[in-house]
Amino acid sequence: MTRAPYDGVVLTCPVTVPYVRYSNETAHWWIARGLRGALDAAGLKPAQIDGLSISSFTLFPDTPVGLTQHLGLSLRYLDTIPMGGASGVVAARRAARAVQAGDADIVACVAGDANRIDSFRQLLSAFSRFSLDASYPYGFGGPNATFSLIMDAYMAEYGATRADFGRIAVAQRANALRNPHALMKKPLSLEDYLGARMISDPVALFDCVMPCAGAEAFLVMREDEAIRRNLPFARIRGTIERHNAFADDPVQLRGGWAMDIDTLYAQAGCAPQDIDLLQTYDDYPVISMMQIEDLGFCEKGAGAEFVRAHDLTIEGDFPHNTSGGQLSVGQAGAAGGYLGMVEAIRQVTAQAGPTQVKDARLAMVSGFGMVNYDRGVCSGVAILEGAS
Amino acid sequence: MSVLDQLTGALAGGDVRVVDLTHRLDPDFPVIVLPPEFGQCARFRMEEVSAYDHRGPAWKWHNLTLNEHTGTHFDAPIHWVSGRDWPNGAVDEIPAEHLIGPVCVIDCSAGAAQDDDFELTPEIILEWEAAHGPIPAGAWVLMRTDWSLRAGADYLNMAEDGPHSPGPTPDAIRLLLDRDIRGFGTECVGTDAGQGAHYDPPYPAHFLLHGAGKYGLQCLCNLDRLPPRGAVLIAPPLKIRGGTGSPLRVLALIPGGSK
Amino acid sequence: MTLTGPKKKDPQKRTIVPTLPPATRSRAGLGLSVAAAQGRFALQHCAECGAVQYPPRDACHACLSHDLCWKDTQPYGKVLAETRVQASPDPYFRERLPWRMGSVRLTAGPVVLAHLVDVRRGEDVQVELRLDRAGQGVMIARPKERSDDMEDDPVLRAMGTHPKHRRILISDATHPVARPLIDALFAAGAAHVFAGVPEMWRRPHGVSALEGLENVSLLPLDVTDPQSLKDAASEIGGKVDILINTARHIRPGGVLGQDTTAARDEMEVNALGLMRLAQAFGPGMAARTADGVNSAAAFVTVLSAHALSPDPAFGAFNASQAAARSIAQTLRAEFAPSGLRVACVYTGPTEDEWHQSLPPPKVAPKTLARSIVDGLQKGLEDIYCGDVARDLAERWRSDPGLLEREITGGGA
Repeated sequence: MTRAPYDGVVLTCPVTVPYVRYSNETAHWWIARGLRGALDAAGLKPAQIDGLSISSFTLFPDTPVGLTQHLGLSLRYLDTIPMGGASGVVAARRAARAVQAGDADIVACVAGDANRIDSFRQLLSAFSRFSLDASYPYGFGGPNATFSLIMDAYMAEYGATRADFGRIAVAQRANALRNPHALMKKPLSLEDYLGARMISDPVALFDCVMPCAGAEAFLVMREDEAIRRNLPFARIRGTIERHNAFADDPVQLRGGWAMDIDTLYAQAGCAPQDIDLLQTYDDYPVISMMQIEDLGFCEKGAGAEFVRAHDLTIEGDFPHNTSGGQLSVGQAGAAGGYLGMVEAIRQVTAQAGPTQVKDARLAMVSGFGMVNYDRGVCSGVAILEGAS
Repeated sequence: MSVLDQLTGALAGGDVRVVDLTHRLDPDFPVIVLPPEFGQCARFRMEEVSAYDHRGPAWKWHNLTLNEHTGTHFDAPIHWVSGRDWPNGAVDEIPAEHLIGPVCVIDCSAGAAQDDDFELTPEIILEWEAAHGPIPAGAWVLMRTDWSLRAGADYLNMAEDGPHSPGPTPDAIRLLLDRDIRGFGTECVGTDAGQGAHYDPPYPAHFLLHGAGKYGLQCLCNLDRLPPRGAVLIAPPLKIRGGTGSPLRVLALIPGGSK
Repeated sequence: MTLTGPKKKDPQKRTIVPTLPPATRSRAGLGLSVAAAQGRFALQHCAECGAVQYPPRDACHACLSHDLCWKDTQPYGKVLAETRVQASPDPYFRERLPWRMGSVRLTAGPVVLAHLVDVRRGEDVQVELRLDRAGQGVMIARPKERSDDMEDDPVLRAMGTHPKHRRILISDATHPVARPLIDALFAAGAAHVFAGVPEMWRRPHGVSALEGLENVSLLPLDVTDPQSLKDAASEIGGKVDILINTARHIRPGGVLGQDTTAARDEMEVNALGLMRLAQAFGPGMAARTADGVNSAAAFVTVLSAHALSPDPAFGAFNASQAAARSIAQTLRAEFAPSGLRVACVYTGPTEDEWHQSLPPPKVAPKTLARSIVDGLQKGLEDIYCGDVARDLAERWRSDPGLLEREITGGGA
């Protein structure tokens, strides 16, 4: 069956609440700021929205249900997307269908998380049952250890070197230096990357994101509503979502993207070479490299060669993670799963300011989330198009 | 002045002295050892109930575990099968006046120093009477061996053929019974010799004494401080219903002049 | 790599406070700990489709059956990927970095994350389930051939109870196991053995054979005497790294045929004695579980396998064994925060005067000694010595009611 297009629905009002390394503020506070920012950008009052989609790890003991009372919202669409790095793509595609079907008029998609001292360790220590039983007791390296095993196996399988991953990190830092909200403000050279201290071999310091607090948000509404309010918007050309793909692969050398990528390009009616910029989920450079392969920009295993052959900076021939990505902006919990989406909306609506890619029209946003045991389980991709 | 006034005066003035014939109750004080398939005499054990702490803020006290025959102790007639039917043969039934009386001390320490299995014989008793006069009826007779100076394994003196320690022969006990003594006491772990099982009857002190309603005292010490005769023994066991014996404090009153 | 003995302690430095690796597990996850406690490598197998599951779960990943049973599983695999964790937010691992771990594809199917002991990516390995310092079962990948000093690996040493370089207190040197146990402990690299002598005043049988042995100290210790325990603990309490309770009072007989005198003695020695030992030595040991090479590691007690289900011929004794087992279980919970392991050694009838009239098989002191030391080397909690104990435990696990009826004569 052919998948219905996302006609008549748009994404608009991308908002980033600037991240801080540690904050005593709660997830409620960060989410409220993200929501308020998006509403302000649209000129809306809280009573004028009827849909909310939330992604957060640190709302406990609340769920988004508690947020409705907490923030004084009366809603007819309330969603919670607990998919970490895949949250932005999944929130957008679900909200879009609700708006398209008329179940909601305006859905605010918000991701935000707190980061107090020690809250990262506490978050890790109860992340999933399989982690409790079968991952944390082995050195408690958290995702660093998990992805070091993936990176180790990837390097052994495909011959990629640390320098190849370094190119991704170095290019993102260059991008981040143009983003005033990025937490990392020092230039990063390949020598810096290679000389950094090991965190969990072969994952070194600049392979890792810095946990922080922050929020990201955007609105989903009908295209006529956006036009009536004179809001710049992005259309959705296509999306995919997949969970627990390739469960029999002993090590995760490919993600769920590879399973559905053909249906994505078919729905979007475009090909990899049409994409103007790519936002991958970069919790580790190895995952970005895997996405470049699985999203069809090169053959499987040729990711290293690809990043050697291309310039991944804003002005390069393959603009990638233009905000600087989580590696250089920081990872604000579930907001990390929105970072690429919000940046992509900005890019295709020509609102990216200092990180703007020239003539950006088609953007691909890829999400990846939730290390339940030994690999990320959720994946999703969206292709956005500016409304020029 | 009454006799008792005279006594208290003499005690205060030093003309009468008190000698403690009792060993300290201590977890390591030896008890009689029987073949393991028999029931065993409980070792003395002491467990703290509280010590001015959360278990009892202002007081300290202990729970004790022990046998009637642990430490310096008294044997009542019903302790032995031969005395099982003796009237008033349990410690709680013994008339109080039986618990204080004259005491004769027969010094066997020289012989016991030579021979672990030294025997108290009728001849030794007769010799003693020749020197000190007849043993009066109702007297305690104590066999001094200086065995109380031994400790631990040397005290029980166990060998593969059983313990070796001094004690009376059957005839010696029969002679003492002829004298109608009140009881017989020793410094060893029992009133009988270590090898007393091999006499006829076995364990003659226990068998004959208790069969005649007499008492036993064992694990005594300081017998060297008593005169051969003329001292008074105070040996009241605990008043345990149906008790066959009891740990007790044994005191002797001696003339002030004796050492 | 060979582990060297500890240097003398710097008395000006604070003793390291014990920390534990992550201890929380799901209900299914605890199955790994149960297997590890017994030294078994068991995983969940689907009763319907046979799929082997890992991590532990509540329904089959292949067919959704909820009928999953723990079964001994082929303990082999190949290392897929490896890392050395060099940064961890967890205090336990932070103190022990770098920590080697990796993923292993089991021949049985699943991929497991495992602690790596002397193995690299691509190598064929044997996988074991071991108890870690938190008392939970974890996967160890190690070379198929066990080497002499494998247990010296810091990963295994940190979680184990190996006697090497450790000082051991045997609570009752009059137990026939004492001499072979001392020999086995020294063969395993123990540094020193303290041997308790109850009723030292009696010069008990067998003790003279231990006098004058190198690195063996005899001391008065009677588990029924609180004062002797207090004295011994104040003298050597800070040096006991492993305590092995061998104190035992045993008399044949059931319940009806006798009074409670012998039973009381059995309770005093076997049950309350264990309690007193733990009270005297436990707190000091629990404070020293992170104290370097010869940190305190294990509290071991020897039990009759009939602690699980009584043999009426030794009914009163077995009651004391059941009580002791229960006490050991409570101790396990109480020592858990310190990481001090509580191990129970279950033995069949032992070759001694109290089982003289029983037919074989009986456990020779040497065999018992070997089991204890082997259990310590592997860090077990449940050690079954001899065929009788193993058989009894197996039947007890499968059906305690049936076992009771078989023992009491219902079985043809």
